[in-house]
Amino acid sequence: MTALDLVFDVVLATVMPVLVWRILASKDLASSVVLFVALGLVSALAWARLHAPDIALVEAAVGAGLTGALLMNALSWIGAEAGVTEPVSRATRVGVGILVTAVGVGLAVAVIHLTQPVGLAHEVDARLADAHVDYPVTAVLLSFRGYDTLLEIAVLVTAALGARLYAPGSVPGGDDPLSPHPRVLARVLTPIVVLVAGYLLWRGASAPGGAFQAAAVLAGGGILLVLARVLRPPRMSSIAVRAALVAGLAWFIAVAALPLATGAQLLEYPSASAKQLIISIEVALTLSISIVLLMFFPGEPAPGEAARHPEDRW
Amino acid sequence: MSAWSIYACSGAAIIALSLYGVFACAPLLKRILAANLIGTGVFLILVALADRSAPAQPDPVPHALVLTGVVISVSATALALAIAIRLADRRSSDDEGGWP
Repeated sequence: MTALDLVFDVVLATVMPVLVWRILASKDLASSVVLFVALGLVSALAWARLHAPDIALVEAAVGAGLTGALLMNALSWIGAEAGVTEPVSRATRVGVGILVTAVGVGLAVAVIHLTQPVGLAHEVDARLADAHVDYPVTAVLLSFRGYDTLLEIAVLVTAALGARLYAPGSVPGGDDPLSPHPRVLARVLTPIVVLVAGYLLWRGASAPGGAFQAAAVLAGGGILLVLARVLRPPRMSSIAVRAALVAGLAWFIAVAALPLATGAQLLEYPSASAKQLIISIEVALTLSISIVLLMFFPGEPAPGEAARHPEDRW
Repeated sequence: MSAWSIYACSGAAIIALSLYGVFACAPLLKRILAANLIGTGVFLILVALADRSAPAQPDPVPHALVLTGVVISVSATALALAIAIRLADRRSSDDEGGWP
């Protein structure tokens, strides 16, 4: 590690907590949200420095892009002043401050003094041939720990249903108050978005990429289309949306349970068709995750209905 | 001090700061943000630990965990935001006396 690397790491590692502090200390919620997006991009840089390109991709698309869009959208519904809970007393703040300092220092000391042998990299490498995919992270996600990913997509679908239940959202009204620019941008970007998502999905078997990255990119493109009014927000009443929503989970469960009929274990892919099955699960997951992420975005408040505080919107 | 330990300390600092935010910030939206940021701190520590083997290949297991975690974290935040929107909606209806 050269001195320049060290300086860069120290600066990056310092900037992140400072940004967190600014996000939480800022008086204006809108600037908190913008700083949050900035933190997402800075942390994508940190993942890249820590040799985790997969996470950098997902963080840039989901952590910064999608969560940022969700927060800005929520802010436009809630308004800057609304949603203030009871002010917290000074004594509580001091007490909490002492406790979290202890937690932070304790955690840092404990982590730095970890002397355990390093991780599971060797075990994964030794068994990679059994996984039928070449890229270790994809092997862990869909082969070694397929159970976790199966449960994850179940959690995602449940969260999307819950979010829609609470905030059904409204379809934007007929008038188009937007300038034509988003529409042109959406039309130009959509083919590129689809191309990038397809590439990421295909590369996932042998290099950084896969269902999560592809779905995040697709969902980002979808939100752009919704904002540009090219596409209506997905409606729960539509059969196609429902089918896309459960496709990943249903197909994953089917592939997981089928080996049971032949006396094999749950999630034990038959080795002859393992690679094809894994790719088919990835395709179904990409579809479902992108719809789930798009469903979180409840659409803009319809003109006249939700913008009760037009001066708060920005 | 190696690169991974610098980032692990940064992660611990982020966890401490955002824990404070969860308990001490007044606006609901900021508490949701703070809860999301605790996740960022945890991910940073996990990925830093995975990179202890540098310059050899990093450990793919924490990477897969964090990949799953990032997506779960956005879904938790989205659910929280949906509830917050509903709450704000209900409060403003209350102000107008329109809530049945």
